[in-house]
Amino acid sequence: MADLSIDFCGIKSPNPFWLASAPPANTGEQVMRAFDAGWGGAVWKTLGDPIVNVTSRFAAVDLGTYKMMGLNNIELITDRPLDVNLREIAEVKKRYPKHAVIASLMTETKEDWRVLIKRCEDVGVDGLELNFGCPHGMCERGMGSSVGQEPKLLQEITSWTKEFARTPVLVKLTPNTGDITEPGFAAVAGGADGISLINTIKSIIGVDLDRMVPFPRVAGASSNGGYCGPAVKPIALHMVAALAREPGIARVPISGIGGISTWREAAEFIALGCTSVQVCTAVMHYGYRIVEDLIQGLSSYLDEHGMKSVNELRGRAVPSYQEWGDLDLAYKLVAKIDKDKCIGCQLCVTACNDGAHQCIFTGPDDRERPPHAHTHGKAIAPVPLPIGKHAGSRVPWVDEPECVGCNLCQLVCPVSGCITMEESRTGPPETWNDRVAQGRARVPGGIHD
Amino acid sequence: MTATLDPDRLETVFPDKKPLYPEGEARAEAERCLYCVDAPCIKACPTEIDIPTFIKKIASGNVRGAAQTIFAQNLLGYSCARVCPVEVLCEGSCVYNAWEREPIKIGRLQRYATDAVMDPSTAPIFSPKPRTTGRKVALIGAGPASLACAGYLALEGVEAVIFEKRPVSGGLNTWGIAPYKLKADDALLEISWIERMGVEIRHGVEIGRDITGAQLLDQYDAVFIGVGLGDDTRLGIPGEDGPGVMGAVAWIEEMKLHMKRGTRIGRVIVVGGGNTAIDVARECASLGGAEVSMVYRRGHEQMSGYVHEMMGARKERVRLIEHTQPVAVLRGAGGDVTGLRCVRTEGGKNVAGSDHDIPCDLVAVAIGQSKLRAVARELPGVALDARGCVVCDPTTGRTGNPKVYSGGDCTNGGKEVVNAVADGRNAARTMLAAFAGQSGAG
Repeated sequence: MADLSIDFCGIKSPNPFWLASAPPANTGEQVMRAFDAGWGGAVWKTLGDPIVNVTSRFAAVDLGTYKMMGLNNIELITDRPLDVNLREIAEVKKRYPKHAVIASLMTETKEDWRVLIKRCEDVGVDGLELNFGCPHGMCERGMGSSVGQEPKLLQEITSWTKEFARTPVLVKLTPNTGDITEPGFAAVAGGADGISLINTIKSIIGVDLDRMVPFPRVAGASSNGGYCGPAVKPIALHMVAALAREPGIARVPISGIGGISTWREAAEFIALGCTSVQVCTAVMHYGYRIVEDLIQGLSSYLDEHGMKSVNELRGRAVPSYQEWGDLDLAYKLVAKIDKDKCIGCQLCVTACNDGAHQCIFTGPDDRERPPHAHTHGKAIAPVPLPIGKHAGSRVPWVDEPECVGCNLCQLVCPVSGCITMEESRTGPPETWNDRVAQGRARVPGGIHD
Repeated sequence: MTATLDPDRLETVFPDKKPLYPEGEARAEAERCLYCVDAPCIKACPTEIDIPTFIKKIASGNVRGAAQTIFAQNLLGYSCARVCPVEVLCEGSCVYNAWEREPIKIGRLQRYATDAVMDPSTAPIFSPKPRTTGRKVALIGAGPASLACAGYLALEGVEAVIFEKRPVSGGLNTWGIAPYKLKADDALLEISWIERMGVEIRHGVEIGRDITGAQLLDQYDAVFIGVGLGDDTRLGIPGEDGPGVMGAVAWIEEMKLHMKRGTRIGRVIVVGGGNTAIDVARECASLGGAEVSMVYRRGHEQMSGYVHEMMGARKERVRLIEHTQPVAVLRGAGGDVTGLRCVRTEGGKNVAGSDHDIPCDLVAVAIGQSKLRAVARELPGVALDARGCVVCDPTTGRTGNPKVYSGGDCTNGGKEVVNAVADGRNAARTMLAAFAGQSGAG
């Protein structure tokens, strides 16, 4: 079985799966249950001066029958006294010396940071995570994302903490920024030993249309919250990859956060450069027990792909994340429909005709191509018409010369493996940047033609 | 005017076979729908309801919009949601079947949408056009075909008057549907909803007795014949007359409208192999009938009743006695039915010497219904076919008389409620087009 243990800038963890700083890592009792379930580490719910919370605090977006595709919260940092949290951290570290316990921190003045860091390190935390990401409540007081959005401020406070800290310092970034590499570079310049991202996305999740109040409702009003959960994974993956492909940033390890629910998403984050991953929403939804799937699934994946350690997976997909201009223009795909797998729903037909490039049809007749078609003449119906095992004559057919290989039909098809994209190419590899370099980038029909 | 129903009547003991979904379940089921293009379920529906569209509206929480989509094609979508044999229509054609997954529960979703707007306290989802057309249509018989036709006419500003000889409206929807599908009060609720569109129903009026066909043709711009079918067909065997032998449709009506809770059902033999026979057998079995058997002269593969209904009957311990023909009803000294004498059949012929007696307390005869020929004869130009069915164009409802239209069981010999609704709707559309043509600009 592959070795899942990691060394995150000196923070050792039996596996790369950490609880993110959030309600699941609020108390010692919870963190110990999580470690018993198999979690490798926990980033404690952010410590600082205790706050007061409101009711309610969470609201979610469901997608069909899938609950909590996206979660939004307006809960602040810990509402418990610091000494209570620290006592519990000490207890956890005593009982679970091999697990990673990282204190998430948020405060204001340099002196506050000094005292907070000292008190945390005195109880044995393995590392510190600076919360420069929280986009609700705390940012109104000049903390959280209001720091993360100002690279200079971020760098300065990071450098303060490095003056005081004996343990590794991770900087947690907010995604509420234009170019994530700016705060990324600032963190490294400030001396950060690691970077974690993304914190939640500033959001209003919905509106109570009867009361005319956004969710989550607090009496007669609401406030913008922080958005997380499966819906944010693509945004998080991009930001992780954007940092991972910057050598000046990627010299420090990255802890990936954002919509991780299963081992597969965890593997994606690791393949795009993460050393550890942090999970919150999936635990809030299903509990600590999901870590069993994370561990087993990642182990099996590594074994099946001949990787002896999770460290071998790290960053493997980073080189293939490129600029659009470096993609191969001569590479082509054409949709193929497996007539015997087709159930005849014809969603591909309407998706292609209304939402893509008008090249999937039904019926035995040749079809007029739309006036804007790339190819001339009629779309020729196949002879004989495909007759499917299930769908009979309802199996659609692809006007292959018109197919641009966009994938949409495959994406809407409910039957896995029914529509496949067959590879071909129109010539030797050529990129847009090649064309620009060779002075062949002009496409006829432009603004000045 | 609608008759009041005894709240203690026997049919009220039946639970709903397809109960109303709670909101969460309805949305969850609606979310399963793939939203097929050119969907097979629409093609399988005799009224061609745009099923994927109404289901997607349920998923979005637009339940009134879903109901509007249904009623645009099927004004009796409330009862059809309950009584349609969805297993052989929309749900039977769902692409999920081919995928070996449970088809979408279209009937239950339709019930969810239509139930939501049926109550008089909910805002009406249609506003009938003002009666500026000056057009009047008379409809004979207050069953599903006439109700659909009249409702669609009323919505377009046509005065629609239904003449019903009985004191209760609804036809078989009220007194002939198995109560685990549709109870009489639900059928009447739907009718009062249609009445609120401006449809008038005159009860106790029989054509030929209280008003002549000529009078109707004189007073109205068009006449719709939707009289359905007549009394149960008789076996024509010794001992048939007297208590303990009933036509199936008559028995269902008695059970639905008049029998009281607690009525004891003894040993029952149902004669026939159609859906009415299966309905009676299942109802008697559910009501605690000591022994319920169906006697059918041919084999189960020849039965006209649906396979899924017969499977349900078998689960309820209904015994099917195939290749058997009744020859006499046996009665005791007091005149009570004691059994049914039968013979075996082979290749459609009775086998000599195969007489045997099956004990029972009730014989329900479900071998068809007679045709109501008299109404057609009241209206010149309207022809009956050899079976006694009104001859009309199935897509327009037009009969041989250009002012007379027809639809439903009296034209097809007995099909589903949804077929009658389609007929009534098509006739209404044809009439409206004809009226528009006659008035010039339209």
